[in-house]
Amino acid sequence: MTTHSITVTVNGESVRRAVQARLHLIDFLRGDLGLMGSHVACEHGVCGACTVRVDGAIVRGCLVLAASLDGASVETIEGVSDRGEIRDLQDAFIARNAAQCGFCTPGMLMCAADLLGSNAQPTRAEIREHISGNYCRCTGYQAIVDAIETTALKRVSSDAGGAKP
Amino acid sequence: MSAIIDPAALDRPNSYIGKSVPRPNLPKLVEGRGQYVDDVVLPRMVHVAFVRCPHAHALIKRIDAKDALAVPGVLRVFTGQDLAVVCDPWVAVLVHLAGMKSAPQYPLPLVRATWHGEAVVAVVADTRALAEDGVSRVLVDYDPLPAVADMETALAPGTPLIHPELGDNLCFQRINESGDVAAAFKAAHKIVEATFHTGRHTGVTLEPRSILADYNKGSGKLVVHHSTQAPHMMQGVFAKQLRMAEGDVRVICVDVGGSFGIKVHVYPDEVATVAIAKLMGRPVKFIADRLESFGSDIHARDHRIHGKMAVDAEGRITAIDIDDLTGIGPYSVYPRTSAIEGNQVINLVGGPYDFANYRAKTTVVLQNKTPTCQYRAVGHPIAVTVTEGLVDLAAEALGMDPITFRLKNLMRDDSYPRTSPAGMKFEGLSHIKSLGRLMDMIDYPALRAEQDAARAKGIYRGIGFAAFIELTNPSPFMYGIGGARISAQDGCSVRIDPDGSVVAATGVTEQGQGTEGIIRQIVAEAVGVAVGAVRVITGDTQNTPYGGGTWACRGAGIGGEAALQAGLATRAAALEVASAMLQAHADTLDIVDGNIVDRATAIIRMPLSELTRIVYFRGDTLPPGLPRELMQTRHFITKEYPFAFTNGIQACWLEVDVETGLIKLLKHWVVEDCGRIINPLLVDEQVRGGVVQGIGGALYEHCAYSPEGQLLVGSMADYLVPMAAEMPDIEVGHIETPTRESLLGAKGAGEAGTAGAPAAIMNAINDALRPLDAQVLAQPFSPERILQALGKVPMRG
Repeated sequence: MTTHSITVTVNGESVRRAVQARLHLIDFLRGDLGLMGSHVACEHGVCGACTVRVDGAIVRGCLVLAASLDGASVETIEGVSDRGEIRDLQDAFIARNAAQCGFCTPGMLMCAADLLGSNAQPTRAEIREHISGNYCRCTGYQAIVDAIETTALKRVSSDAGGAKP
Repeated sequence: MSAIIDPAALDRPNSYIGKSVPRPNLPKLVEGRGQYVDDVVLPRMVHVAFVRCPHAHALIKRIDAKDALAVPGVLRVFTGQDLAVVCDPWVAVLVHLAGMKSAPQYPLPLVRATWHGEAVVAVVADTRALAEDGVSRVLVDYDPLPAVADMETALAPGTPLIHPELGDNLCFQRINESGDVAAAFKAAHKIVEATFHTGRHTGVTLEPRSILADYNKGSGKLVVHHSTQAPHMMQGVFAKQLRMAEGDVRVICVDVGGSFGIKVHVYPDEVATVAIAKLMGRPVKFIADRLESFGSDIHARDHRIHGKMAVDAEGRITAIDIDDLTGIGPYSVYPRTSAIEGNQVINLVGGPYDFANYRAKTTVVLQNKTPTCQYRAVGHPIAVTVTEGLVDLAAEALGMDPITFRLKNLMRDDSYPRTSPAGMKFEGLSHIKSLGRLMDMIDYPALRAEQDAARAKGIYRGIGFAAFIELTNPSPFMYGIGGARISAQDGCSVRIDPDGSVVAATGVTEQGQGTEGIIRQIVAEAVGVAVGAVRVITGDTQNTPYGGGTWACRGAGIGGEAALQAGLATRAAALEVASAMLQAHADTLDIVDGNIVDRATAIIRMPLSELTRIVYFRGDTLPPGLPRELMQTRHFITKEYPFAFTNGIQACWLEVDVETGLIKLLKHWVVEDCGRIINPLLVDEQVRGGVVQGIGGALYEHCAYSPEGQLLVGSMADYLVPMAAEMPDIEVGHIETPTRESLLGAKGAGEAGTAGAPAAIMNAINDALRPLDAQVLAQPFSPERILQALGKVPMRG
């Protein structure tokens, strides 16, 4: 089977590997790099548990071939956690019990962060629409919507009131 | 037990029971740093994938693995005969289900494959991808046999026998009868009847079934990393089937990515994986992919129920008569069996109501489809659908409002303890209070006014109700008395470490419900330390007391009580040491926030860490005869009632688009009474998640089959589960009627949402469609079925 040499920036670190043409990004991250935070659940691009960022945009790790990523920058839940980028969102998920088994949670957080990056004040309906491609089997979604909404409101109020004592 | 903890009376620094304390395991999960089975990688680990039968029923004539073994990276191929050498078959029957029968099941079948998706051959390779390459090159020569696909004809003369040695395709049949049903129907003012279908669906845990088995030929020990709800039960199963001692088997489940009952059963492909690990003497991993999940995870709720209800002229229910039929696949599933669901249905129908005459029959038949077994709220959604469907039909026949009819017929809150016509013993329920609370939440008159106004504009909205009971805290009456090695007892060990921190090891397990969180709260309060000072160990048979795990809503009620008693015992043990050290009577001392204090004045006498320093490192300074047992283990099992029933009521408000058949859920309410609430936030989220799972079964989820028994569901694009955009906000209210069987007073809360939601939705749809003389009784209530009911599209053959 043909292999391709790729150089990818993963969570800020340069990684060089020879990968088979058929290897999906999610299997590359989990199997080759040991980044187990992104999960495999449906393998058909339906459920969103494998959501990661490629060059800043969220993608399904089970639909992207690793061989196509030479020169790309990939970020996973481990990377954004280490950078503290979504600490407030993660804290809101903990406080609201917006994660139960936690299997969908990393993908859900990547998707929620994507929404808040493009829409600082989403309505509940917009939040529900945006996370529609990320399945959660445990929570029934309401706690997740609450946590995202709370985070958005806090970000807006801290932006507006950042200078106040 | 008499005293029940009153949270208000314990409102001191470490009073956590009844508070919304965040869960300790969430920080790692939100950073993607949990450890699910597929995250575990061991040296020399190999992967197994399975050749699965493409037919509903077929003779396995020949297996040729030559080409598969030629694939680079493929190591071994195993057939049923190969594994039978080291692994014994099992038969899933329970002796208390009189007359029940099933056939021996092997990890891989020896002669015949009996459902589409059954694992037939195992291929082991260096990676999962290579194992799948091998799978595609195994040649299995099948001789297709006639399949039993339709449960309605499974017992008909001329239908092929799935297991000829059983004599017929009947797995189990039972009639549950009390009073004089015939006389009641004869004397009835009105009789309503209907036929309901609850539709075969499945759990779809987001983490698929996962197992990693590691057998050390030198030590003879087997370690199994398993995504399971019942590690001790699985330890026993692996030991028995593989002819080992239980102590030589260790089952570990760190994080489990959803279970819902799916992961409490014995799956042939998982046992095969363990058997292969024993044969190869190296770690073997099996992670089901989604396609094989749909064909091999247990399905559930494939029921057809004829129901009849008699009412008198005053609007009182006088009798219920039920005929339930369910198809369970070719084997009863080990060890819980596939007859329990039907048995639950006939035990639970009519559960909330005060009536005298009851007759219910369940017929459990074999068929060539994926085996069914216990899935979240086992039998409840079916029983509640039938009961509440008939209740609404009766109210309509009488021209009564559905709430008025329910108020007239629900069991009174002061009528307990009592036994239902189905034989269920109720310690204390709160149907009337719950309905009252619901009325406070929904503003019923306003909803009816809104409904009328919408109808005038051609918009069809409906409100539906569903009262329910839920079986929790099961005793050995559920499985143990039938011979199953399933523990109804659970245990907890609590230990104070040298730095004064506390470790609690519990036999109940965590799959997202918050088990670790509530055990931490209970133990912290019982010992007298901050929650942050308690670590909880779950999911490891080598390091936790023997227990049943987490199923049938037993984690809080059974595991929680064991933790409370172990924590109180540990506190007493520490105070006994403190008493000697401080020359004070133990009764005058207390532990608060990790300090030994004077009980009367709250003055700190010494930190707990000083006590532990002396016990562990300077025991020579203590009186020689003084016990210093800073680790205490307690077990708990319910004794007075077979089950602790909970109750509640749900309401659903929705809109039916009569042009497209689409349903828009507008709002959903639940009032439930799970006894003492340990963590309100977690209980509410269990209820909400449960409701949405019930909504899935009611509206979207369906394991569709062809008439030949071919499963038509291959991916999550075919099998729809609830998504965020379609789900309503769900309001949750509570009544608390603690059980007096325990000091804690907790009952279960995990299944109430799923139990009642489908019935509330069905009744709401039918309420919306009533002016159009249409009704739906077959789940899922898909747009096609709505339009068929409206006569806008033809029924399918």
